[in-house]
Amino acid sequence: MPRPGPDKTMSLRDAVAAYVHDGDTVSLEGFTHLIPTAAGHEIIRQGRRDLTVVRMTADIVVDQMLAGGCVRKLVSSFVGNSSAGSLGELRRRIEHADPEPLEFEEYSHYGLICRYLAGAQRLPFYPLRSYAGSDLPAVNPAIRKVASPYGDEHIYVVPPVNPDVTIIHAQRADRAGNTQIWGLTGVQAEAVFAADKAIVVVEEIVADEVVRSDPNRTVVPAHAVDAVVEVPRGAHPSFAQGYYDRDNAFYRAWSGISRDKQKLAAWMAEWVHGTADHTEYVAKLGEQFWAGLAVGEALSEPVNYGRRL
Amino acid sequence: MTTVTTASEVLSVVASRELAGKRTVFAGIGLPTLAASLAHLTVAPDLEIVYESGVCGAHPSHLPETIADAVLITGAEAVLSMPALFGYVLQGGHIDVGFLGAAQIDRWGNLNSSVIGDWHSPKVRLPGSGGAMEVMANSREVFVVMRRHDPRSFVDELDFCTSPGPDRALTDGVRPAGLGVTRVITELGILARSGPGDELKLVALHPGVTVDQARECTGWPLEVGGDLTVIEPPSEAELRLLREDVDPERVYLR
Repeated sequence: MPRPGPDKTMSLRDAVAAYVHDGDTVSLEGFTHLIPTAAGHEIIRQGRRDLTVVRMTADIVVDQMLAGGCVRKLVSSFVGNSSAGSLGELRRRIEHADPEPLEFEEYSHYGLICRYLAGAQRLPFYPLRSYAGSDLPAVNPAIRKVASPYGDEHIYVVPPVNPDVTIIHAQRADRAGNTQIWGLTGVQAEAVFAADKAIVVVEEIVADEVVRSDPNRTVVPAHAVDAVVEVPRGAHPSFAQGYYDRDNAFYRAWSGISRDKQKLAAWMAEWVHGTADHTEYVAKLGEQFWAGLAVGEALSEPVNYGRRL
Repeated sequence: MTTVTTASEVLSVVASRELAGKRTVFAGIGLPTLAASLAHLTVAPDLEIVYESGVCGAHPSHLPETIADAVLITGAEAVLSMPALFGYVLQGGHIDVGFLGAAQIDRWGNLNSSVIGDWHSPKVRLPGSGGAMEVMANSREVFVVMRRHDPRSFVDELDFCTSPGPDRALTDGVRPAGLGVTRVITELGILARSGPGDELKLVALHPGVTVDQARECTGWPLEVGGDLTVIEPPSEAELRLLREDVDPERVYLR
């Protein structure tokens, strides 16, 4: 029998209390799929302040963290409510400094991906074929142009990002933190490896044997993970492939909620501050609601890893 | 069958015809998806649609609502990580046509999707680049579909250049990989340019639209190409496929 790895399971409350501090740089990743919403809500409930949030697609959870007063600076490559509209709080902060200004560092998607790649590998910079002729380098001095040491070419580079903590949501992990994701895997592994500490929130904590039966599906190995937290439905309103579908109606509703300050405050009071934790949030939505996001089965063919006879 | 053809239908059909003979297309959700799906059934049967979320060769059971819709994953041929999608597929040069939209476009096909007004204190904060800058820099060519053709969108000078075309890249001392924008499809007609050094010219009009109308709606002195044509209206067959096979529930065919 193989020995089990160290048990890193914690409650979400304890994980956020232990690893997210005022003033920290916090990365939340998940590209449309598996967005760590429950973790964002817990950060708001615990009243963190002056965070620098790094997130490629700053969407609803970022708008909520802004409204919760948690964020001083945002580092992002897309700020919008996916294709469903606008982020009201983000736009008030940037367009009117209301209730206070937001420091904003803008990149393109691959620019931010390259910052994670540099961060994960502890490299001083990372080159990419973007930014030539764009106005972005003029408003973001971190984007710089260098001469290739191997020819007469010039190329733009971006600096590494090394968050104090990265938080991701995933389908399943074992108790030590070997984390499995299927469907869109985004930039989660790079964001975890770039960070000093990492919290993985999962739909299910599974037995070690489940992970070991399919090691290629492990996107993040346990040695990169500090806390494993089981929070079913913790990615709502985004989706978890094979577990529940995206709540498209909520995405469409968010533009209206966040455009109106009073509506937004009431929503935060009821759904974030008014729930003790994500379990209460899930229960408050009700089983009938969750039935509407249920998905059917589409199993993959098993693969044969083989074993020595 | 609906008898009145909507603007969305016309734009989708015209864009689909431009994909004839293309192999790989990088498409967002909405009109580009409709155009690519229709082209797959008509002029480009071997077309592979690649999504920014990492999906290659999607076979969705339902029309996707986002570029990351779960229905794009189940049954897809490949799902790549973001470093692989942006690094190997896009920057590696595997995309024939990229589809982009923008708030503003100039005569060289440079795009703004970041701000209206000054970046530091914008009148309107828009979503920003996302992957648009990489699509522009690395696709062999770029098609733009603009729902609105007016001087606020077709501008003499961009408020901010988010996604620069090859001319601006060259000025910055970097050799571009692709041609930049080659086609702009609008409710009035088609603007086109051949590549670096060339500006967008009017090359086709929808039936009933005049050159003067197109010029009035463009914020720079719009030149007319030598062989200005009238766009063939959507055929019965194209409309039937679009309405019955591509978007039967009229999710995007508004």
